[in-house]
Amino acid sequence: MDERTSPGQKDFTIGTEGVSLYYGAFRALRDVTLEIQPRSITAIIGPSGCGKSTLLRLFNRMNDLIPGVRVEGKVLVDGASVYDRDTDVVALRKRVGMVFQKPNLFPSSVRDNLVVGPRQHGLKNEAQLSEIVERSLRQVALWDEVKDQLKRPAQSLSVGQQQRLCIARTLTVEPEVILMDESCSALDPESTLRIEELMHDLARTYTILTVTHNMEQAARVSDMSAFLMMDEDRAGTLVEYAPTGEIFSNPKDKRTEAYITGRFG
Amino acid sequence: MNPSTSQRIAKVVIWAAALLVIAVLLAILLFILIKGVPQINWQFLTQIPRNMGRDGGISSTIVGTLLVTAVAVLVATPFGVGTAFYLTEYTKESRITRIIRFSAESLAGIPSIVFGLFGFIFFVMYLKLGWSILSGGLTMAVMILPTIIRTSEEAIRTVPAPFRDVSFSLGGTKWQTIVRAVFPSALPGIAVGVILGIGRCVAETAAVILTAGSALRMPTSLFSPARTMAVHFYIMAREGISIDKAYGTAALLIILILIINVGANLLVNRFVAKGK
Ligand SMILES: Nc1ncnc2c1ncn2[C@@H]1O[C@H](COP(=O)(O)OP(=O)(O)OP(=O)(O)O)[C@@H](O)[C@H]1O
Ligand SMILES: [Mg+2]
Repeated sequence: MDERTSPGQKDFTIGTEGVSLYYGAFRALRDVTLEIQPRSITAIIGPSGCGKSTLLRLFNRMNDLIPGVRVEGKVLVDGASVYDRDTDVVALRKRVGMVFQKPNLFPSSVRDNLVVGPRQHGLKNEAQLSEIVERSLRQVALWDEVKDQLKRPAQSLSVGQQQRLCIARTLTVEPEVILMDESCSALDPESTLRIEELMHDLARTYTILTVTHNMEQAARVSDMSAFLMMDEDRAGTLVEYAPTGEIFSNPKDKRTEAYITGRFG
Repeated sequence: MNPSTSQRIAKVVIWAAALLVIAVLLAILLFILIKGVPQINWQFLTQIPRNMGRDGGISSTIVGTLLVTAVAVLVATPFGVGTAFYLTEYTKESRITRIIRFSAESLAGIPSIVFGLFGFIFFVMYLKLGWSILSGGLTMAVMILPTIIRTSEEAIRTVPAPFRDVSFSLGGTKWQTIVRAVFPSALPGIAVGVILGIGRCVAETAAVILTAGSALRMPTSLFSPARTMAVHFYIMAREGISIDKAYGTAALLIILILIINVGANLLVNRFVAKGK
């Protein structure tokens, strides 16, 4: 049995310990410590440019792709420090999936988009790939809508469907954590609600971290909220981290209160 | 002059310039096709030139053209595309990338006769390949390399960043990302570079005479000397051997280039349309 799901064992742990991140000489994050609760939704909120995306991208090391990035402190996924030298980044990204702001499907068919990940990890058997396609589409409640058009170009779907397809694509490699960077910001309200429902369902099995500018959405979907803000030198710091209900009804920090009332205003 | 008058004049001048260019182009094409197409028949396509090209067909020069071009493209494409991927994906901007890019740019501006001389000294004499399809093809490969590098680099740079991000975020390695996400999306652009290269090979005379020679026999291997259609046309016209056959050759050359361009366009469109 999988050790993470067996009862009584230490649960999956993900979080940061005293993390600072530099883009060259510019410090984008200062001393962020954040312990994420597994199988729940954590919202990262804060003003534009405070380092929300940067924080999110720590967990799958997508910041590595930017030249001149330096990380101090510890980032933990499943208790292991992901910035250790011997970390297998490919394996890490397989277990920490990411959904981007805009639906970014490859210009190929629905099915082709879903088999990219599994193929990259060496799966060749077409029957098994088809199983994965069906399973992941069912997980995002898209199967009934597209099961007869798996060969259709993915980009011919509606934007809302495309974003659900992107989530399905993330699920094909069976991650444990899903990072979502403003993944509803390009969608209409109805599609947004569908994604939020989906996030609720997924949070039963997956740990979800989501960045959002939409306070109503953070309040609706998340269990915990982390409020990030820029210091005088523009480095992002964690101001408050608490259960979402508390943060929105009774913030401890003046700055959190100001931001939230301003945004709901 | 009031602005709307000058606007109108500018419009007329620009239109006239564009029309003139198209008219000249069409006139040249039509002139050659009208003179040349009647020469083209089964015999012209299948027979070897006889009597210096006065009689017979041009079959050996068609084969020569295809082989020299094939060698050039098969050699230059992997090197060119590889260099482009190296420059865009595997290095940061540095002195080395600037040197490579500068060399490629300089290479692109050198007259073809200089490549011919280089090919003659290096491939024909030094490597003792003699006047041969191989020498000619390799020389042309060097010549079209800069074009392929430059267009491929451009194509790779315009691949949307999200494709890379998605591939990496799904746990793709750099190599998988390049092969599965970047390359397919850059392919139409890369194809354009290769087509431009083919065009240059088919049309080249000076560099090919110096390296592949101008033998009229049917080539039997890559080590045979050969005459390409462009060279044949040049010699026929310059020596005044047979102006009719020269026009026939030129017409066929134009038709060949048109077929290559249209065919490549169809291929590229088909490939791109898959995603639309
Ligand atoms: N590649 C980069 N190179 C240099 N600086 C960067 C880079 N990416 C982000 N930054 C800087 O780091 C800071 C945090 O950026 P980040 O994108 O994480 O903010 P954010 O909170 O996600 O903003 P937004 O709400 O606008 O998405 C900003 O000041 C930004 O200018
Ligand atoms: Mg952001």
